[in-house]
Amino acid sequence: MQPIITISNLSKSYASGFQALKGVNLEIRRGEIFALLGPNGAGKTTLISTICGIVNPSEGQILVDGHDIVTDYRAARSMIGLVPQELTTDAFESVWATVSFSRGLFGKRKNPAYIEEVLKALSLWDKKDNRIMTLSGGMKRRVLIAKALSHEPSILFLDEPTAGVDVELRQDMWQLVRSLQARGVTIILTTHYIDEAEEMADRIGVIRKGEIILVDEKAELMRKLGKKQLTLQLEAPLESIPSELGGYELDLANGRSELVYTYDAQGERSGILALLQALNAAGIRFKDLQTTQSSLEDIFVSLVRERK
Amino acid sequence: MNLHAVCAIYRFEMARAGRTLMQSIISPVISTSLYFVVFGAAIGSRIPETHGISYGAFLVPGLIMLSLLTQSIANASFGIYFPKFTGTIYELLSAPVSYLELVVSYVGAAATKSVILGLIILATAGLFVPLQVAHPLWMLLFLVLTSVTFSLFGFIIGIWADGFEKLQIIPLLIITPLTFLGGSFYSIDILPPFWQTAALFNPVVYLISGFRWSFYGIADVSVGISLVMTIGFLALFTAIVAWIFKTGYRIKA
Repeated sequence: MQPIITISNLSKSYASGFQALKGVNLEIRRGEIFALLGPNGAGKTTLISTICGIVNPSEGQILVDGHDIVTDYRAARSMIGLVPQELTTDAFESVWATVSFSRGLFGKRKNPAYIEEVLKALSLWDKKDNRIMTLSGGMKRRVLIAKALSHEPSILFLDEPTAGVDVELRQDMWQLVRSLQARGVTIILTTHYIDEAEEMADRIGVIRKGEIILVDEKAELMRKLGKKQLTLQLEAPLESIPSELGGYELDLANGRSELVYTYDAQGERSGILALLQALNAAGIRFKDLQTTQSSLEDIFVSLVRERK
Repeated sequence: MNLHAVCAIYRFEMARAGRTLMQSIISPVISTSLYFVVFGAAIGSRIPETHGISYGAFLVPGLIMLSLLTQSIANASFGIYFPKFTGTIYELLSAPVSYLELVVSYVGAAATKSVILGLIILATAGLFVPLQVAHPLWMLLFLVLTSVTFSLFGFIIGIWADGFEKLQIIPLLIITPLTFLGGSFYSIDILPPFWQTAALFNPVVYLISGFRWSFYGIADVSVGISLVMTIGFLALFTAIVAWIFKTGYRIKA
């Protein structure tokens, strides 16, 4: 299937000379939830802003459902809803007025029934006549989401949707994202919270210093994550791994004095007991043992550090 | 053409005026009334007629112009500056809206407010002095052209400004003095010869003169020149706005 967003060789340099994006290539699949992870200043917001038309690309091309974001911006932008990171709202408008305004701005005919539905889904209905400035931070966040959804977009960008949001709203937000996905909306979210990506995303991309350094299925990442390692400190170093242990995924480490066994903790059988028995049978003795498990966070941190 | 968007912005801006009725309409009316009381009734009664028109009546076009220029600029500059200030401009930039549509809706709303304001001041003036409008169509033409032109100018200021001070500085330091010296309160032929020539370099003279001509058939400069000057400003500001959007100046990185 044709990707809904295709980013080719996208670079962005600001007037200050700072290069925020360096040759980004990325495809977003239709109907997926894509999480973009990265440290502060990595270029997450610049990437989103460029796709949405807020920042001009310096180089490269972005197609949204086949529409070039520069030459065919009307068609491209009509499909997109954006929830910005900052709580940037009008202060004096009512909730109803600001959400209706957004719908008109995106070229859609008035549809009070639809706006009502959106406000109800976001628990904003009883606040519809309130001025935005009187709302709490969490409610303002909901207003921004309602504005983004007001024109029935088929792509929704959520730029750090749960930063500074309480647990309940966070849960609500996740539920909303899932129900939107069920309706066929493609969702791209940026986040610092790895558990959020883990919870929500179908695929995960990691951006660092303006470069996409990893894009993978979440399930694939989880499989990598699901791996545990058992490290055995041997009494005597081994020359090589004995052939009778060939059925195990083993490596020698630390000057051949450690034997490292990598296994799938999520598998039905870890095979540890059998391995220990096999070691015993082969006459290999060990002083100590330890197990380690890498989390998505470890992978993320190591990825981000690796290239410094 | 994204008509829904143009209507949405236009309505939004008009609603803002509705919310701020006090600043938008009532305060200019009050200040105009004060001008009439002070200059028209109190001082004006001691000033001889100018070209056969009482000083109070002579003031009307100048005062309307004064409000028109300052309010057009204030309305339009604030209208576009405020989204920049609060950050809500992200939505305008990410919307399927062309620059032309943005200008038409923001400037259109600001100009509409100015025209309404001009007419309200005119009606207010009618309470103080007997009004006559010799060329009503010309009067409306100058009213609308000036409102649009200076709303465009305000739009430019709103985009250029990166603080509230800058929003104020051009109206305060340039427009208000030029208007006061541009014949709002007097006919420039009462000035000494040197200052009469100097006044001709003041663009506002042409705006006020043309507008006053539409009321009383008297003018400091010929009405044709006034019209050409007004349209010239319109063209100048339109060109600047076009350049702003072409380069993304102060809007888009």
